[in-house]
Amino acid sequence: MKIEDVVCTFCGCLCDDLVVEVENNRVISVENGCTLANEKFMGDHRLKSPIRREGNGWKALSYDDAIRETAEILLDADRPLLYGWSGTHGEAQSVGVHLAELLGAVIDNTSTVCHGPSIMAIQEVGHPGCTLGQVKNRADVIVYWGANPIDAHPRHMSRYTTYADGFFVKEAFKERKVIVVDVRKTESSAVADEFVKVERGGDYAILSALRAIVRGKRDLIPKQVAGVTREQLFRVADICINAKFGAIFFGLGLTMSPGKYKNIRNAIELTEELNRHTKFTISPMRGHWNVYGSNEVFTWITGYPYAVDFARGIAFYNPGETTSVDILKRGECDACLVVASDPGAHFPRACAEHLARIPTVQIDPHVNATTHLATLQIPVAVTGIDAEGTAYRMDGVPIRTRKLFDGTYPSDFDILGKIYEQVKEVKGS
Amino acid sequence: MTGLLVKNAYVIDPLSGVNGEIMDIAVRDGKIVEDVRSGAVVIDAGGCLTLPGGIDSHSHVCGTKVNFGRYMSPEDMRAGRTARKGAMHVTSGYSVPTTFGNSYRYSAMGYTTVLEGAMAPLEARHTHEEFTATPHQDMLANTLFDGNWSIMEAVRDKDMKRAAAVVAWTLAAVKGFAIKLTNPGGTEAWGWGEDVHSIRDEVPHFGVTPAEIIETMIQANELLNLPHSVHIHCNNLGVPGNYQTTLDTINLAPDLNKDRQSLYLTHVQFHSYGGSTWQDICSKSEDIARAVNARPQVAIDMGQIMFGRTTTMTADGPMEWKLYMLHHNKWSNHDVELETGSGIIPVYYGRKSLVNCVMWAIGLELALLTENPWQCMLATDNPNGAPFVKYPEIIALLMSRKLREYEMKVIDPRTEHFVPLFAIDRELDWYEIAVMTRAAQAKALGITRIGKGHLAPGAEADIAIYPLKPDELDPTVDYQQVMAGFAKTRYTIKRGRVVARDGEVIVEGANSTIWSRSDVPPEYDLNQDPEFVKKFEQYYTVRMRNYPVQDVYLPRGLCIRTEASL
Repeated sequence: MKIEDVVCTFCGCLCDDLVVEVENNRVISVENGCTLANEKFMGDHRLKSPIRREGNGWKALSYDDAIRETAEILLDADRPLLYGWSGTHGEAQSVGVHLAELLGAVIDNTSTVCHGPSIMAIQEVGHPGCTLGQVKNRADVIVYWGANPIDAHPRHMSRYTTYADGFFVKEAFKERKVIVVDVRKTESSAVADEFVKVERGGDYAILSALRAIVRGKRDLIPKQVAGVTREQLFRVADICINAKFGAIFFGLGLTMSPGKYKNIRNAIELTEELNRHTKFTISPMRGHWNVYGSNEVFTWITGYPYAVDFARGIAFYNPGETTSVDILKRGECDACLVVASDPGAHFPRACAEHLARIPTVQIDPHVNATTHLATLQIPVAVTGIDAEGTAYRMDGVPIRTRKLFDGTYPSDFDILGKIYEQVKEVKGS
Repeated sequence: MTGLLVKNAYVIDPLSGVNGEIMDIAVRDGKIVEDVRSGAVVIDAGGCLTLPGGIDSHSHVCGTKVNFGRYMSPEDMRAGRTARKGAMHVTSGYSVPTTFGNSYRYSAMGYTTVLEGAMAPLEARHTHEEFTATPHQDMLANTLFDGNWSIMEAVRDKDMKRAAAVVAWTLAAVKGFAIKLTNPGGTEAWGWGEDVHSIRDEVPHFGVTPAEIIETMIQANELLNLPHSVHIHCNNLGVPGNYQTTLDTINLAPDLNKDRQSLYLTHVQFHSYGGSTWQDICSKSEDIARAVNARPQVAIDMGQIMFGRTTTMTADGPMEWKLYMLHHNKWSNHDVELETGSGIIPVYYGRKSLVNCVMWAIGLELALLTENPWQCMLATDNPNGAPFVKYPEIIALLMSRKLREYEMKVIDPRTEHFVPLFAIDRELDWYEIAVMTRAAQAKALGITRIGKGHLAPGAEADIAIYPLKPDELDPTVDYQQVMAGFAKTRYTIKRGRVVARDGEVIVEGANSTIWSRSDVPPEYDLNQDPEFVKKFEQYYTVRMRNYPVQDVYLPRGLCIRTEASL
């Protein structure tokens, strides 16, 4: 059976035009997808049942037992952390937040190690953005800063930017200028009209220089700024000022390099400055397909996009204090529930070591690096394959992912709902 | 269900013609009935003011920009937080509370129905998700058409029926309630960093004017027989001298509907400015009220501002940019492809700012100078003018000249030279307040037909009982009691169930989402229309099949279905 307009649940592009062929509860072909999508849909090797660590091995257990043990671990903890959430649908995230509220836990999502700094910058200066279709239909200048979409978001350029024809841009490839700013050559920089090669850690200085130029202070700019010539900076600034509609996209190369949230703040302020001359927008290249959804869900329930601490009853937020990495590094957390992410692969070593010391339960369809630190793992259906629910694209557009067949696995929503019920029974209403 | 009996209620129910009678109200199965059998739960209202549940006909509480207002404002989240308690979840936020925060605070004030003022169709799913998490109010969504390409093309082709078909398709797809025009044409121009400055300016690239969009949409709305009228946020919001644009817009409105207005103008305070700069800005509320008084085909809401901190948020992207250029604090913008825009900035309205004082006076003047309270609804464009928790204070100001004079002493002393407020003697009475906070809204929105806004048998049993005894109070002097009384009901009853008592919500909510659907003849069904389908194939970044909001997002959807006259 061929299913059209399938939503890909891999990256923040959330492409919704895939054609997927399903046979006997298995995806057998994917059209329109990138290599990442093909791997997501076709190379789906699931854990067969819940497993519990016993000595140096693993023992299978029933879902009922796994759910009961998870509830017990969470109820027994003084400072539980519920981490992850970016790889599941909004309805499950919502149960997660209410579970954290009930437990007095900390709940955090993967923004904590990706665009957390972007959020902090936005909280200082705001965010002039737009939906991706605005860029596709209008933009004549595209800037990728610290991002390599060809590798990380393979269809970003063809669906939304460089190669995407739009209403006011009939022949995108000819009419659009593309600027790539990075510390090294990448596949994306190879297709740029201007490649600005910045010295590592030099982004903040480059952004400041561009702001000065846009403000008309060219005479302040030295011959070179962080490895970039003044001439190139002038050229780039002129391209931006003369754009009809410019769009900056930035990645972890900007958020996680020296300067962190100050870099993003500077980039947003450059965008604001450019809006005094023309139309300009700026957008983070969100990684996980529903990391933005986790920010949205957390926000409408708690008021904060990530790093929410319910220990004092109210919702409390202070990145650097209530963020997962900090809580783990301080050794503060005494039980962790990991949902739909892989901190074992992405967190600093000290945090991973702490996860291995405490009871860590992972709810995830696949064996991953976190499995090796976990005490218990509960496999679930994959949203977008055998489970469905809401996802928020990197620009905030909400799309309902589709279930392609009825599998045998319960969804994140089902499992979390049962854990919630058991915790509620003990904690009362 | 055994039923519920509210005894000894001092009832004001304007739609039923009841003004201050002591009576009993019987409730069964969520509806008002003639009587209930013995054994019903009895609530003794003890002569307290009892009104139909409050209805807010213009408030920003759910959806993409509201949530971004929270996201970007941890300082606002810290400014209002409560812990989990009984049936209540944790809440955060002062001017942009979390969804549960909005819901509990509205419920404490006796509000049972709220219309979200602006929903971008492309992002409708988000609004509906938040509606579900605002569980104590029935929710409705104004749906944005101000920069809709298919609409502007139909307007350009002078094809009113096609415009109606686009509206019908979109409302059905996104489960929207009514047509909203926010700075019509201006939000599209903002896609290029531009704006329109009068209703006769041309929208770049589309060859249409705001006036043509407005006129076409008013006609299309009636062709579809939608419950509400076109709901407009006029061009030039917040610009000194903009009252002329507002008068021009009012003049466009024909009288097409015998049951309600043909054009609803929202937050008119922001559109009633004289002068030409921030130095000489003055009130033109008299001109606007005169125009409204002369035209039963229009209704307005106040858009009152109150002093203090709040967050502004609107689909009017260019306006927010202008505001940011004044405030220089932080600015968010979010344009939505083929449809509309939006912007957010936090603001502080100060008693020491002459401009803010003039704005404050204008809102009150509009309410006091509009002769017929059915034509002027009480609202703050929450949270733009002020968070809705300020409504009780506004009620007190409208009921008491003494309170207004007290305020006059603490605001910028120059204010009285720029506004007529302090020469107005009118003090509204309980009945007029009941009209302006629920009955007029129900009529204007066209939802009396589903039992909203009144307490006659058959109506939805949404009831607010306030700890106020009109027989024993003089609101012209006892304004403190008026404020306290409207801030916390003794009981808020939603569909026959007590949901809040003395300011605390005591049960889980079970709201409905009310939406409209107009059935069009097959030749106006755009599902197969090549031009319309092309919009999705070529310009939208979401496939046509993935665009409509699925039924699962409206667990208790309530559809008002009409037959289009196409």
